[in-house]
Amino acid sequence: MTELYNLDHLTELEAESIFVIREVAAQFDRPAILFSGGKDSIVVTHIAKKAFAPARIPMPLVHIDTGHNFLETIAFRDNLIQDMGVNLIVGSVQDTINQGKVQEETGNNASRNKLQTTTLIDTIEENRFDACVGGARRDEEKSRAKERFFSHRDDFSQWDPKNQRPELWNLFNGMHAPGEHFRVFPLNNWTELDVWNYILKEKIELPSLYFSHERECIRREGQILAMSEFLNLREGEKPEMIRIRFRTLGDLTITGAFESEADTLEKIIEEVAATRITERGGRMDDKRSSSAMEDRKKDGYF
Amino acid sequence: MSETTTNGLLRFTTAGSVDDGKSTLIGRLLYDSKSIFEDQLEAIKEASTQKGINGPDLSLLTDGLRAEREQGITIDVAYRYFATPRRKFIIADTPGHIQYTRNMVTGASTADLAIILIDARHGLLEQTNRHSFIASLLGLRHLVVCVNKMDLVDFDEARYREIVQEYKSFSSRLDITDITFIPISALLGDNVVDKSKNMSWYGGSTLLHHLENVHVGSDRNLQDCRFPIQYVVRPQTDEHRDFRGYAGRIASGVFKPGDKILALPSGKESTIKEITLGDEKLEKAFPPLSVTMTIEDDIDISRGDMLVRMNNQPDVVTLLDAKICWLGEKPLNTSSRFILRHLTNEVPAKVTEILYCIDINTLHRNEENTMVSTNDIARIKIKTASPVLTDSYRKNRTTGAFILVDPSTHLTVAAGVVG
Ligand SMILES: Nc1nc2c(ncn2[C@@H]2O[C@H](COP(=O)(O)OP(=O)(O)O)[C@@H](O)[C@H]2O)c(=O)[nH]1
Ligand SMILES: [Mg+2]
Repeated sequence: MTELYNLDHLTELEAESIFVIREVAAQFDRPAILFSGGKDSIVVTHIAKKAFAPARIPMPLVHIDTGHNFLETIAFRDNLIQDMGVNLIVGSVQDTINQGKVQEETGNNASRNKLQTTTLIDTIEENRFDACVGGARRDEEKSRAKERFFSHRDDFSQWDPKNQRPELWNLFNGMHAPGEHFRVFPLNNWTELDVWNYILKEKIELPSLYFSHERECIRREGQILAMSEFLNLREGEKPEMIRIRFRTLGDLTITGAFESEADTLEKIIEEVAATRITERGGRMDDKRSSSAMEDRKKDGYF
Repeated sequence: MSETTTNGLLRFTTAGSVDDGKSTLIGRLLYDSKSIFEDQLEAIKEASTQKGINGPDLSLLTDGLRAEREQGITIDVAYRYFATPRRKFIIADTPGHIQYTRNMVTGASTADLAIILIDARHGLLEQTNRHSFIASLLGLRHLVVCVNKMDLVDFDEARYREIVQEYKSFSSRLDITDITFIPISALLGDNVVDKSKNMSWYGGSTLLHHLENVHVGSDRNLQDCRFPIQYVVRPQTDEHRDFRGYAGRIASGVFKPGDKILALPSGKESTIKEITLGDEKLEKAFPPLSVTMTIEDDIDISRGDMLVRMNNQPDVVTLLDAKICWLGEKPLNTSSRFILRHLTNEVPAKVTEILYCIDINTLHRNEENTMVSTNDIARIKIKTASPVLTDSYRKNRTTGAFILVDPSTHLTVAAGVVG
């Protein structure tokens, strides 16, 4: 008889994520979903839709726009917004630069990844968001493995990993002083493979960048980077057409592509299951040091 | 490519004293089940060499914070994931140091099973007892006691038996019936994933085999129908003008469309019209599903209320008998006000009485000691400003659990169980 009540683990993970997102809507006055256009934030948005159906998602999507975007990401974002009838708020890194709040990095390794943090914090302050739902997962990176579901940020958006609130059962304590906020991670317990299997199961649409396609790229330090007007070519680097796909979508200048023939979800899942390198392994920003992510997170990064 | 695992999800936590090998064991499970990625392995090999260690120090896999790597200890709970064709696992690797006990409580509160590690050279330590007791207090039904570092006692069966005996005489006073003992070497891998060649005297299963097959499904409460309302869905669009959906996660029991229900605390009756998940209609809903229900009658229900069955109701109380693990930095002060968070409810609360603290070594009640300091476990009485809908924690791990929040600091200061 109990056999009838067994759930596969994806359904169980989904139930947990729905609970977390509803808790955000119930406990906070001005919540938002941080939407990067990547698969994880697309899954979060899909789960939020299920959580509040048949009503609309009762919080806006926030996109921190580095200005270094894949065109596909923006087109996809705008479609999704329209379909779901939710509000979109864009925080622009270019604006932050124009306001003189940050300096654009220069040189061959220049990226806007670090600058995003300032724009993100500004956007949170301007809109007085008290909770920001993100698609980060604990399996992504070792300091992320310590994240709570409700992760407290002080008045300066800082994370204090050595002093986190204990989080017991599913009793999430979202109490905070004015000016403080929470980052909330409904997908904490998902792995990359779970996300892909869920996308397949739920038939969720993704930007075409995730699927194998021909693209003009360069090879740099063992990585493949997509060609774009934002990429500063180094001596000896020559663009070439390569059949690639992306495993994550971030700032165009640092998101590594890799050679792949996987052009369907089924093939991608097979590939991910067989892959022996973590998904952030393809990102230059994490390679800067072994505590790179922890340091950026303390400062208020996603 | 199998999309799902046959035995679903198992959440477990590791516990034990500092240096008993918890992080190493998890590293070993991940390593031997091929769940470690090459770049992670490269990174820890490099870090191990820097520290002057031969071969990869597997504990570095879970000790992710800078301070942890520097001090070589685990400070906060780290969550790790791996899957075998049989099951998906969520591991909470928790710290052994006494000052981080609250993080151990965090890890254990959502676990189905706890692995307690014991260093074969040292036998039971104070933290072994504390963690075993907390596991029992938090209602974990399954314990696996791993006697670790068997390589350092020449894989000696007599030493293993001695520790098993010692543990059994302690645990007979705990509330856990399913306890399994396994002699292992986390460092070398004996009996973790592969059977040990050094301990032919051990006839039981390996740790991974046990974890893959332990049955936790019947731990769920499917008898007592409890649906705490988390959020009221009101689209207010033309298409769904009068729609009112009650969203929440089933705490226990099985609900079906057509069931007669009772809304608490109002006591109004109605019938379930529809149960949905997204736009899919469900024939039944049970824990841990998150669903939305509509009912036949227009009655006032809001967040914090609960749908139950007429003939099976929770206690509706303003006075709670409870055990708590105190997590606050300063001792519990009975003149303080708290916010009690229970299910989807928040109510002002006072601690009216401290009955006793529990000496975790002897498990004796110490009625003289009513000073409750960080990490202490105590029995108390609580008064709430409005009624809460509870069951005893033994019967129901969802409706029987609560936390206390200090309204001046907003910090979570106690984990509590009813009954
Ligand atoms: N010889 C031996 N050493 C072990 C074993 N398991 C762990 N250790 C060592 O014990 C020390 C503490 O291990 P660690 O996993 O950090 O313990 P934790 O504090 O419980 O997480 C490390 O130096 C490990 O290499 C084992 O089975 N045999
Ligand atoms: Mg450790």
